[in-house]
Amino acid sequence: MLDHYPYYVAAWIFLCGLYGIVRSRHLVHTVISLAILQTSTYVLLLAIGFRKGGYAPIFADISPGVVTVDPVVQALMLTDVVVEVTVIALLLAMVVKAYEQGGTTSPDDLRYMRG
Amino acid sequence: MMILGSGLLALIAVSAFVIVRTDDVTNQIIALSFYGLLFALMFFIFQAPDVALSQVTVGAIALPLMVMLAITRMKHREELNKRKQEKSR
Amino acid sequence: MTPKIRLLVFLIGAVGLGAVYCAGARNMPPWAEYRGPYGDVIASLAVFERHATDTVNAITYDYRGFDTLGEEFILFSAVTGVMLLLRPEKAEQKNRNEESNENPQPFQDAAALSETVQVFTTALFGFSVLFGVYIAAHGQLTPGGGFQGGVIIAAAPMLLYIAENTDAFRRIVSHPIVEFFEGFGASLYALIGFLALLAGAPFLTNVLPLGQTGDVFSSGTIGLISTCVGVEVAAAFILVTYEYLREILSRERDQER
Repeated sequence: MLDHYPYYVAAWIFLCGLYGIVRSRHLVHTVISLAILQTSTYVLLLAIGFRKGGYAPIFADISPGVVTVDPVVQALMLTDVVVEVTVIALLLAMVVKAYEQGGTTSPDDLRYMRG
Repeated sequence: MMILGSGLLALIAVSAFVIVRTDDVTNQIIALSFYGLLFALMFFIFQAPDVALSQVTVGAIALPLMVMLAITRMKHREELNKRKQEKSR
Repeated sequence: MTPKIRLLVFLIGAVGLGAVYCAGARNMPPWAEYRGPYGDVIASLAVFERHATDTVNAITYDYRGFDTLGEEFILFSAVTGVMLLLRPEKAEQKNRNEESNENPQPFQDAAALSETVQVFTTALFGFSVLFGVYIAAHGQLTPGGGFQGGVIIAAAPMLLYIAENTDAFRRIVSHPIVEFFEGFGASLYALIGFLALLAGAPFLTNVLPLGQTGDVFSSGTIGLISTCVGVEVAAAFILVTYEYLREILSRERDQER
């Protein structure tokens, strides 16, 4: 069980985010839970690429033969972190518009379109 | 290094649960900022400095900023509506 | 569906998902023993092939540069979506004219910052922009690159807003050249790809001279793409901030008159 510990943590964070989406009573709470759900993928990717005793894959001060951790998964995570926040900004713009048109921020009350 | 990483992962798991159980949206922003900082520390410990730099600027600053801007705009609109209702009464 | 039934259905699904996931995760290799060949191959070759010391940025902007182009356009379209959704409507314009004819109360609360804090925060603005430009331009040498540098540059005007210099903040954030820079950064990335086509190589190949490892002007297109992405990300975040704060800023401007 201790061998696969970060994979279980990633699953737990994913389920926490999903629980927040199911149980939320405020649309901004839903969007924040979605952000937490996205961070579970970072834990998974990081755990896949880690190597015990490995250095960071930046060769500015170490020589190129040294054992490092995997740089490919880090490249996947790097752009993802910045793009996530812009997508959250778009979702929040939709929440703001829904509030202005519907008058309420609870997802249960926004069931029918008006106007 | 691995003991520190494992402890930090446990703290992250607890933190994620606390954030989704917080009901007030303004309190969640502070919790989200703390969570982002924990993630930046985890990226640093797991030998990923590029991603740690990204996460510090984005997850601890820009993401709570976006949420706070959205909440401010909604409160501003709510105050305008309230003032209009009082004027029309 | 009442909330309790919704929660019950979710819990059943979550337990099922967790069980299947954990059964699958048990077959993965143990943690902290990375076996795969690709990471080691790229880590040993990237310094010699591309003369870049930051392997992660070499992968992001060169080996997998096409994916980063797609991600940058995700950012671009998300910002376009925000601008479309939050654009001022005609009804809002009429409301604003009515409001400014009467005498509205100020939106801020009465606490004001001391002058020392205001002066130092305003002085930090220049250093923040310089630091962001440094990180965006040195993408191929040190941890950093376009995305991180762009966010640092975009967070600098908020310092002015915190220091209660809303006039300068409004002038920086609502300037029309910010929109131009956003489109310029995104399209320049694609145009650098076409430059490779003109030289007879596939799209987004590194065709510029590679230079000396450790120099700022090295590794061909990586530094150039990093700077373009930095410009675009900075402009994108400034635009999003302005769209959210547009109503509040215009009310504050009407109060100042």
